[in-house]
Amino acid sequence: MIEAVGLHKVYRLKGRQVRALDGVDLRVEQGEVYGVVGQSGAGKSTLLRCVNLLERPTLGTVTVDGTELTALRGPRLRAARRRIGMVHQHFALLSSRTVAGNVAFPLEVAGTDRAERRRRVGELLELVGLSDKARAYPAQLSGGQKQRVGIARALASNPSVLLSDEATSALDPATTESILDLLRGLNRELGLTILLITHEMDVIKRVCDSAAILTDGTVRESGRVIDLIGRPGSLLARSLFPLPAVDHPDAVHLTYTRSYDEPLMSELTRRYDVDVNVLGGAIEEVSGHAVGRLAVRVSGARRADALAWLDGKGLLVEAAR
Amino acid sequence: MTALLEEIARRWPEMAPELWLGTLDTVYMVVWSALFAVLGGLPLGVLLVTTDRGGLTPAPVLRAVLSGIVNVGRSLPFIVLMVAVLSLTRLLTGTTLGPTAAIVPLSIGAIPFFARLVETAVREVDRGVVEAAHAMGAGKPTIVAKVLLPEALPGLVAGLVMTLVTLVSYSAMAGAIGGGGLGDIAIREGYQRFDDLYLWATVVLLVVVVQAAQSLGDLVIRRISHR
Ligand SMILES: Nc1ncnc2c1ncn2[C@@H]1O[C@H](COP(=O)(O)OP(=O)(O)OP(=O)(O)O)[C@@H](O)[C@H]1O
Ligand SMILES: [Mg+2]
Repeated sequence: MIEAVGLHKVYRLKGRQVRALDGVDLRVEQGEVYGVVGQSGAGKSTLLRCVNLLERPTLGTVTVDGTELTALRGPRLRAARRRIGMVHQHFALLSSRTVAGNVAFPLEVAGTDRAERRRRVGELLELVGLSDKARAYPAQLSGGQKQRVGIARALASNPSVLLSDEATSALDPATTESILDLLRGLNRELGLTILLITHEMDVIKRVCDSAAILTDGTVRESGRVIDLIGRPGSLLARSLFPLPAVDHPDAVHLTYTRSYDEPLMSELTRRYDVDVNVLGGAIEEVSGHAVGRLAVRVSGARRADALAWLDGKGLLVEAAR
Repeated sequence: MTALLEEIARRWPEMAPELWLGTLDTVYMVVWSALFAVLGGLPLGVLLVTTDRGGLTPAPVLRAVLSGIVNVGRSLPFIVLMVAVLSLTRLLTGTTLGPTAAIVPLSIGAIPFFARLVETAVREVDRGVVEAAHAMGAGKPTIVAKVLLPEALPGLVAGLVMTLVTLVSYSAMAGAIGGGGLGDIAIREGYQRFDDLYLWATVVLLVVVVQAAQSLGDLVIRRISHR
């Protein structure tokens, strides 16, 4: 579990102050995948680096698995960091070491003996599907393979928490998918808590249980993804399912906040004798629910009744403008 | 042409032992000085990086002092340095003549030279990797020993080769004031006695020594570089 309370981070640059974090509260439950999105410069990396104290917050506390990291310094902080794995956007592998050597590195740091290191490295490479590359050097690997090494290395010291800063941003879509599958699998099988940062909304849809949107160093919105999608006016819902701009008095935005077995639209047209025209949008699977947003034009004499019926069914009906 | 070859063949038995000893003296001076250059320059170069702003152990004042000392060492012409440290040389070796005495100024000249090359090589190490090591809970000595130095190794070896090559030319200069080695032969036999054959022979041998150092270095770098 990760809990950050009242995080502030101020950088001083040539007399100018940059408020990278301006009072951030974050709570990541045990065993969940938590995504943080936000524009460039919003403070996402700073937030992540504050969680393992690579950056010391100017104000506020960080607690991981019951240990208040912000209260620790020196060797005790270093020991606590070993319980937190980190995956980096540009992999950050040692070019002078083989794949096995890279995965063994955190174990050497932790003082694990040689035999145990060998055993654990074998196990980890197996886990990420790179057993055949143990003796290769990072320069000989593809981006996806490098990130697998990064993940194996992050898991070496048996962390309960994994931090990931744009782990898939340098990868192509297919490779991104395989890395996300790997992370999701690790989360399910090892009960690993994952806090990840991304600018790809797809990542949130595909793997995150919860999410937060960071804007100018503050949390604009946070909660379980499925709940946020059902929240009227949600920024996250709008970012996950962007809709085309429509300028028509009959147009509405419909948000599907859960899966429906029945064919809603055909029932709507039959019941109220209205015309429904879909202008854009998408329904996708998120956390096991088929949810999404559509921009539709509903026209006919009983349009108001039709919209009220949709509302009664649990859809979110909002004016398109 | 044939006349030249005949002369070489005639005089070779007389020249060979002296040239061989001169080569050995040069190698002896260069190797020992390089060893001291590494012993002094490696920690100095690493410190120049770690004490810098944003480094492992920022210490701006210490860095400014170290950098100043290195700059003084780098800006002195070697021939001046050699004369300037004569009394230190006598103190350490009991003499100011011969190859062993020459090791003192050669080392003092090579330490700041190598330190700057170390600094450049260590600075090239990816900051992301250093940060990753921090995130894994590695302490500063571990980061120097297991991240900075191994990652910079190809650059360090390249710097060492450059230092060796520079030491060969410095050692020839040391020969001019009685340091021994090939430079000494070139001056004594070639310049003062107008013996062109000696002069050219030492030139060839110096080139061979430099080439050997460079080729060996390149080979090692190719073996250890995995970028
Ligand atoms: N070491 C630093 N010194 C000074 N300012 C910094 C430092 N690190 C970050 N900042 C500033 O803090 C703000 C937040 O930066 P941060 O890297 O956390 O953003 P981000 O959300 O991760 O952006 P991106 O998506 O581009 O990675 C930015 O304005 C940035 O310029
Ligand atoms: Mg960032």
